[in-house]
Amino acid sequence: MKYLCLIYDDEKHMAALPKHEVEGLMRDYGAFTEGLKASGQLVASHRLQPIHTASTVRVRNGKVSATDGPYAETKEQLGGFYLIDARDLNDAIQVAAKIPSARLGSIEVRPIWEMS
Amino acid sequence: MGDELIDHERAAQPGDADDRIRAEVEAIYRSDSRRVLATLIRLVGDFDLAEEALHDAFTAALTQWPSQGVPAEPRAWLVSTGRFKAVDVLRRRARADASTPELVRRLDEATGAIEDDDVGMEDDTLRLIFTCCHPAIAPDAQVAMTLREVCGLTTEEIAAAFLTRPPTIAQRIVRAKAKIRDAEIPYQVPARAELPDRLDAVLHVIYLVFNEGYSASSGASLTRRDLSAEAIRVGRLLAELLPEPEAVGLLALMLLHESRRPARTSEDGELVLLDDQDRSCWNAALIAEGRSRVATALASRRAGPYALQAAIAALHAEAPTARATDWSQIAGIYDVLLRIDPSPVVALNRAAAIAMRDGPLAGLVLIDEILARGELADYQHAHSARADLCRRLGRTAEARASYVRALALARQEPERRFLERRLNDLSP
Repeated sequence: MKYLCLIYDDEKHMAALPKHEVEGLMRDYGAFTEGLKASGQLVASHRLQPIHTASTVRVRNGKVSATDGPYAETKEQLGGFYLIDARDLNDAIQVAAKIPSARLGSIEVRPIWEMS
Repeated sequence: MGDELIDHERAAQPGDADDRIRAEVEAIYRSDSRRVLATLIRLVGDFDLAEEALHDAFTAALTQWPSQGVPAEPRAWLVSTGRFKAVDVLRRRARADASTPELVRRLDEATGAIEDDDVGMEDDTLRLIFTCCHPAIAPDAQVAMTLREVCGLTTEEIAAAFLTRPPTIAQRIVRAKAKIRDAEIPYQVPARAELPDRLDAVLHVIYLVFNEGYSASSGASLTRRDLSAEAIRVGRLLAELLPEPEAVGLLALMLLHESRRPARTSEDGELVLLDDQDRSCWNAALIAEGRSRVATALASRRAGPYALQAAIAALHAEAPTARATDWSQIAGIYDVLLRIDPSPVVALNRAAAIAMRDGPLAGLVLIDEILARGELADYQHAHSARADLCRRLGRTAEARASYVRALALARQEPERRFLERRLNDLSP
């Protein structure tokens, strides 16, 4: 079963981290991703550009509107994701708990709606 | 008893035999239906289908046992019948839906003989408990699922106990089952590495159910007392199947609290504090079991918060009077408890114990420190404890202010009346 692990953290906090901590975090991410590849559980993963680069698109009555945002009203923003293969939810939770940002922000784990 | 049996046989009529079988089926339903359900969920892999299969299996027992006799291993018969019924249901569905044949095939393949194997059934009961209390399920739904699936209460009974409407409970259960199915929450006992956290979640649910029944107002006391009984039942089951120190500790804690229930309310439904309780009303059998369970939990040398709280409750239970309680040992256990569970409520209880050991002033200093940190500003018991210490120190005005604050926060009627009495008793 596939699960999407959405990484939420506080961009402001991340931006304020000292350089050596950021480097440490990146090393942890590198090791974590390599581990997932090695176990065959990694389907895809990406880090996202900060929230100020985001646009929100809606179509209403056939009219497209693209606006700036979403505005970061909540403390944590979506910063990246891992799409993983896991045995079940317990397995997926174990993987999500090892994502380095789980120590700083939070990880939302969502099962993928499999089309049959 | 013997006479009754002879009478029964002399008047043996087909109808009587049916009644006897019916009574036997009902007895097996009460004692074993949850275990059969737990195994069926594992075999058919779906809560709703397993419940339907359970119902069908007991219906089959009612129609078949009168003519064929009660099987040697009724539980195994019920599991195996239930599984066949589930396969039937799936076959019927398969005609309408193309995605089920695979499931039917898988179930059909697994139709080997089912052993009435106690270990297997016990594991299934644990699987059921851990799945109902999975942290990915909303907390109120964990409680509802545990009472529905593990205890077999109806949604109406659960709703009555939690003073809410049956559709609300039903909806929580439907959502929880959908989550188990769609997010693939596995039907398993967690691995060693996950066990401490997962066990905490289970114990939390059980204690929540117990407290809901224990701290209830007198109005609904009947239905809510059942909640405490159910919590003790699941707690006992868990402690027996998985004798981890904290599981044993929680059971001990609940037994020791429960032992005081008859003394906690006066005849006219008023709240009686521990100090003023008639200790001869305490249930000696529950105390004896509680104390022996505490000893087991402490002997493991891995005692956690539940076992330590139980140890404190045991010291209260052993004391002939409030004054003769071993307050210095209780204060010592609170020190340990505060180190592993540094919560303000534990700190408050520790302050109350120290007040008993070293006098009200020592306790008041500690409570004022806790309140100054703002952590328990809205916690009724912090203010009532403070009021009580001020009263004992003769600081009437302060006592009055704290009682008034506690009264404003109190929600249960007997507690409100108790605080009002205390306020009235203060000398003007």
